[in-house]
Amino acid sequence: MRLGRSAEQEQFAVSVHDMLTAADAPGAARRWASGDRAGGLALWRKLAGVGVTALAVPERCGGLGAGLLDVVVACEELGHHAVPGPVAESVAAVPELIVTLADERLCARWLPGLAAGDLIATLALPPWLPYAADADAAHLVLLAEPSVLRLAVPGTRHQSVDPGRSVSEVSGGEVLARGPAAARAYARALQVGALASAAQLLGAGRALLAASVRHAGQRTQFGHPVGSFQAVKHQLADVAIGLEFARPLLDAAASTLAAGGATAARDVSAAKVACTDAAHRAARAALQVHGAIGYTQEHDLHLWLTKVRALAGAWGSQSEHRARVMAAIAGGRAGPELAWS
Amino acid sequence: MSDDPGEDTGQFRAQVRDWLRAHVPAQPLPSVDTAEGFARHREWERELAAARLSVVSWPPEYGGRGASLLEWLVFEEEYYAAAAPVRVGQNGLFLLAPTLFAHGTDEQRGRLLPPMATAEQVWAQAWSEPEAGSDLAAIRASADRTSGGWLLSGTKTWSSRAAFADRAFGLFRSDPGAQRHRGLTYLMFDLHANGVTVRPIRQLSGETGFAEIFLDGVFVPDADVIGAPGEGWRIAMSTAGHERGLSLRSPGRFSAAVARLVELWRRAGDPADTAARDRVVDAWIGAQAYRLHTYATAGRLAAGGTLGAESSLGKVFWSELDVALHETALDLLGHQAELRGLAGPDGRWLDGYLFSLSGPIYAGTNEIQRTVIAERLLGLPR
Repeated sequence: MRLGRSAEQEQFAVSVHDMLTAADAPGAARRWASGDRAGGLALWRKLAGVGVTALAVPERCGGLGAGLLDVVVACEELGHHAVPGPVAESVAAVPELIVTLADERLCARWLPGLAAGDLIATLALPPWLPYAADADAAHLVLLAEPSVLRLAVPGTRHQSVDPGRSVSEVSGGEVLARGPAAARAYARALQVGALASAAQLLGAGRALLAASVRHAGQRTQFGHPVGSFQAVKHQLADVAIGLEFARPLLDAAASTLAAGGATAARDVSAAKVACTDAAHRAARAALQVHGAIGYTQEHDLHLWLTKVRALAGAWGSQSEHRARVMAAIAGGRAGPELAWS
Repeated sequence: MSDDPGEDTGQFRAQVRDWLRAHVPAQPLPSVDTAEGFARHREWERELAAARLSVVSWPPEYGGRGASLLEWLVFEEEYYAAAAPVRVGQNGLFLLAPTLFAHGTDEQRGRLLPPMATAEQVWAQAWSEPEAGSDLAAIRASADRTSGGWLLSGTKTWSSRAAFADRAFGLFRSDPGAQRHRGLTYLMFDLHANGVTVRPIRQLSGETGFAEIFLDGVFVPDADVIGAPGEGWRIAMSTAGHERGLSLRSPGRFSAAVARLVELWRRAGDPADTAARDRVVDAWIGAQAYRLHTYATAGRLAAGGTLGAESSLGKVFWSELDVALHETALDLLGHQAELRGLAGPDGRWLDGYLFSLSGPIYAGTNEIQRTVIAERLLGLPR
């Protein structure tokens, strides 16, 4: 298997990063949170422009037919820039779900629009994802249950701790698929959505670390930059360690899932657990290092702090994912092979 | 496709596995930190060397197979999975040998590496001193010029394996006028030479895994200086990189330990105790992360990359993983955890736990590593 990312993937990450930097994604996220969606929707069209929304869509449906690792690379950058909207859903889970149904009629109905960025999609996937994120900003809302897929009718809307995010209760409408095809699509969407949200969390963690390093180098107290104090250095070193060792799990999960490996569920859950823990540690340290200014909505830091908290419980809780890892590693026979092959 | 990053090495893996299955002693050897155990471990190394498995990554002329870094990682996985004996020669194999390959002379390599490969000569490290621990550059033990060589005087301490080893290597102040990192020389000496006194020190486990070494005018010939006099710090730091980096704690060690932990959970874990379950899972995830990260690093090195301050990330990670993993096992064992000499596979957890506690201290404390990470990788102000 491939270890790590290719030069092309690194380059793709840089181009998405540059575009989002120039487009002031945090500014769009702030306006999105206050109810002004125009900037955020323009951002999504720019994402379509660099190919992000087309990655998970096959070429015959107007997409790029890229690999899951490319989707992961993109979602990590979207997390890095706090892009508002249903990222894991629209960029990864919904297109993968529709492709897995293998129903040409449904592919033709939605995939070209998703690829082109004309369509933003979201879904609920109970019990792992009981609410649909940002349903009011989406043009397509699905309700995926283990053996039936429906169009969803959004109901009560709840505001998330992330001011740029809401989640909606949904009820089922038109039936799109039933039986084994719907079950396969459900399973696929769960894996891909959890993987994409893990990538978003890792990206958010990186942004929090970078902001903390910047702030600690500039903020002076007692006549020294606070980043010269060992207590600050060691907290941020621990953040760096957590992020460093979460990424190989994320990339490996993308590879095994793409290859249909038997360990895909285990690997995706391990990645979600590790990326969530790493992002959470980054968030706690970032707030502490920034001090009171980080505790305000005046500073951009809150965009990432609250997004990490929101995504930590989306697409399965830490406890659910740990249980899934345990079922995989302790379910078979004992011995070193159990754990590694 | 499998999720095994070492899959291209399948034939080598099978060969190592078969040999170990046929040769690893059924009963664990006595502790390496006893006189009898040390001798038994030396015999084991001789057997390993006869099969050309003691130093697989070395060139054939020194007893190796010229194996790649990837193959070495595979060897290590199989070695730990087979619960094979502790490597009595590890200070020499993993600290001194890389230094000799990088900075030694052909004469030194030809003279020192073959007996190291067979454990005919076992090496101790002699870095720390009573007043030079984390601040290694505060070294005081001296090397004074004499005809044809150097005279060593001073005290070294926390010298792993020194109680029973044959020779030792370390840094000595050869220029009394120079400060700190300058004026240090990398020297090797005989632990049985005139003027050497070794005082074994009992560790937390009750065994003498390390010792204090008193040196009183110990003669070392010029042939046993590595690199140029005064260049010791630079040379030693390349060794310290190896110690923190790939070669000291290969992922196989944690993969094997966590597989035993999962087995312990299946046997003794309470399914309703989700807190304990989560700790077992986190240990598994940590070992998997370390393994994937190490294989990716090996791939990068094979492609011509270098390993610098990044190795500090791994040192903190594996040493904390090791403690957490063993604490979890002991907590699963409950009231039996404190018992010395517990029979069966569970008997290894307590010793492993005590050993794991030294991990955050040796090879550069984790506080030193975190400062390195913050300053050299993150760029925080000094």
